[in-house]
Amino acid sequence: MSVDLTLIWAVLIATAVFLYVAMDGFDLGIGILFPALPHKVDRDVMVNSVAPVWDGNETWLVLGGGGLFAAFPLAYVTILPALYMPLILMLLALVFRGVAFEMRFRVTTPRGQLAWDRAFSWGSYVATFCQGIALGAFVQGIRVEGRAYAGGWWDWLTPFSLLTGFALVVGYGLLGACWLIWKTEGDLQRRAYALARPLGLATLVAIAVVSATMLAVSAAFRERWLGLPGMAIGAPVPVLVGLLAWRFAGALERREEIMPFLCALGVFLLSYVGLGISMWPHIVPPDITIWQAATHPKSQAFLLYGAAVLVPLVLTYTAYVYWLFRGKVTAGAGYH
Amino acid sequence: MLADHLPSALDLARSQFAFTVVWHFLFPAFTIGLASYLAVLEAFWLATGRDIYLDTYRYWLKIFAVAFAMGVVSGLVMSYQFGTNWSVFSDKTAPVLGPLLGYEVLTAFFLEAGFLGVMLFGLERVGRRLHFLATALVAGGTLLSAFWILSANSWMQTPAGHGLDAEGRFVPESWWAVIFNPSFPYRFAHTVTAAYLTTAMIVGAVGAWHLLRDRFNPRARLMFSMAMWMAAIVAPVQLVLGDLHGGNTYHHQPAKVAAMEGHFESERRAPSILFGWPDAESGSTKWQVGIPGLASLYLAHDLDAEVTGLKALPRDTWPTNLPLVFWAFRVMVGLGLLMIGLGLCSLYLRWKDRLYETPWLHRFAVAMGPSGLVAVTAGWVVTEAGRQPFTVYGLLRTADSLSPVAAPAVATSLAAFAVVYFAVFGAGIWYLMHLFNQAPRPHEPGPPVGQPVRTAGITPAPALAADPRPTPAE
Repeated sequence: MSVDLTLIWAVLIATAVFLYVAMDGFDLGIGILFPALPHKVDRDVMVNSVAPVWDGNETWLVLGGGGLFAAFPLAYVTILPALYMPLILMLLALVFRGVAFEMRFRVTTPRGQLAWDRAFSWGSYVATFCQGIALGAFVQGIRVEGRAYAGGWWDWLTPFSLLTGFALVVGYGLLGACWLIWKTEGDLQRRAYALARPLGLATLVAIAVVSATMLAVSAAFRERWLGLPGMAIGAPVPVLVGLLAWRFAGALERREEIMPFLCALGVFLLSYVGLGISMWPHIVPPDITIWQAATHPKSQAFLLYGAAVLVPLVLTYTAYVYWLFRGKVTAGAGYH
Repeated sequence: MLADHLPSALDLARSQFAFTVVWHFLFPAFTIGLASYLAVLEAFWLATGRDIYLDTYRYWLKIFAVAFAMGVVSGLVMSYQFGTNWSVFSDKTAPVLGPLLGYEVLTAFFLEAGFLGVMLFGLERVGRRLHFLATALVAGGTLLSAFWILSANSWMQTPAGHGLDAEGRFVPESWWAVIFNPSFPYRFAHTVTAAYLTTAMIVGAVGAWHLLRDRFNPRARLMFSMAMWMAAIVAPVQLVLGDLHGGNTYHHQPAKVAAMEGHFESERRAPSILFGWPDAESGSTKWQVGIPGLASLYLAHDLDAEVTGLKALPRDTWPTNLPLVFWAFRVMVGLGLLMIGLGLCSLYLRWKDRLYETPWLHRFAVAMGPSGLVAVTAGWVVTEAGRQPFTVYGLLRTADSLSPVAAPAVATSLAAFAVVYFAVFGAGIWYLMHLFNQAPRPHEPGPPVGQPVRTAGITPAPALAADPRPTPAE
């Protein structure tokens, strides 16, 4: 067969996961910024700025999970048990946060409002932190024997996974701040600018620390990044991160509105690509490749017909919704 | 040993699956029928131009939005649970079930992202015809979603169209045979009809509730009348479909039917046991009250046919919880008969022209409001507990399907699910009851124009609040 369906599915699922991270990242970031922006008027604007899109953003997570089961079952059945606790906690936090999102507009007392605001913010923190932990535990490797997870129930909890948990909280916070710069104006936008600078710096530090730790603890990573041909392929990634950081700083200086968000997304994309380079061709580090994890070719092909029709339609519709709700969100003209 | 008395990881994982899937299915059981009902109401509105249909449409649209969203959110958990708790099952069945579930996700995802938004907020934006198309597509889409998920479930009951590879995994040989496996057409017809009846019972109860307060409310009359037609026509149809489904099950899963009937011995003129307590230890149904010969008649459609009992089958293929299967079946059938009774009462009173003037009928309908949900749940318990001790009937045992999970981890997550589900979906259901309690009015406000297209929010409550009061954000 001339077409490698496994590769197509790997690209599709990787894309779905990145779309999830990029899109749900900024709306989780809104919740992460709540403690820094305590005024009710500001918070209403913040929540309204993501109201039309946040639930659509989260549906990519369903596609990621469902797609992994359909296309790479071996990855699905080893990664999910290995990350049992952080994943379940994340799902519960997302459910909880979703309800808080709606309820904070329904309650009329300031006390109730404050309680739901806290629930929203905590839900965002827990979901993000768990995602970061899951990422770190995943990158560190999953112990597989035969076709099953062979590790323990607390294997995911390591200093490194805690580090990636904190890193993701900072990173989503940055995305949230940049989103607010883009979508708001006036005092709230000024505050978002003020938050974006330290958060940007912290994100860079987090990326550097995570990368350095990976290099320090893993011989495979050293070989991949410092050997050939890995170094030749990988070298542009840190260089581009540096360039984007410089552009980002300039954009904040000049009070540009869209550019900080694009730069932040660019940094996320580069980190993601860097992760891809580190892992390739494994889907369950350190041992299982995408071809080993792939399902039966007949199953790959059967679902691909549907995906080829429906995924582009969903993307078009998503783009349309973002376009429909373009422009600034102001205090008086909320969606609610 | 204390450990001997603690539930095993297997028991806990099964409890967790049962808990989350029962919660989940309550919502689609209602929305599958409601989506079709909305399409019918809008079609009547387009055909007649009468406002009463649009008002009733809008009344139920607000409810649909909330129930649909809760279905989506609780479904999200299901799509991850196969991997976290049932990884061996997932590994072995993924080549067959993966694409079926994948299609389900894609279908639901696509509808959610697309037409639901138009349906909820688009009437003034896209015009009547296009809006009706969106409603019809959402209704068709919920059926399509049910199609895929029920195909996957039916394959677990009556696997077909697959082979086994060197590692003991199920691999597809014929997609046609996989999708249209022997029990699928029956299960699909029976489940979708059950969903329609569930909706009819809820719509009928809400209509009756408002008739008890104001018997002249024309919208309450409309919904009550339509629901009672459904009960009168569809509930008997469901009895026939259930009988056909039972016959199919008897052919493919004799142990399940024997458990449902409480039959241990194989015999001619097998009795239909009405009540009793099937006891696997003693190999008999204790304290049984039955009608001789009836089971032979409805299972084999021949009074002298021999009906297979459990003892004719290997002991290790008997369903693990016989009383559960036996009694869940009786709950389902009993409620089904009550629905038929409600339908007959309504027919008689309609003929007497007292449909809207008979409070006892309205009270009866109110009491029957949750009956569809209970019956559907009981039916699923029958078919799922009846499939035990297998996940893939006859081929893969439940005990061999579990993830390498530790009991404390599953116990913790089960407790967390219980707390969060009762809080979250309890609040959602409370809100639904609040909506039910509001009388359907003329010029019923729909989801207001200028709202965001929020398609999968858990409770798009503020946008849909029936009293258009200013919200804090304004």
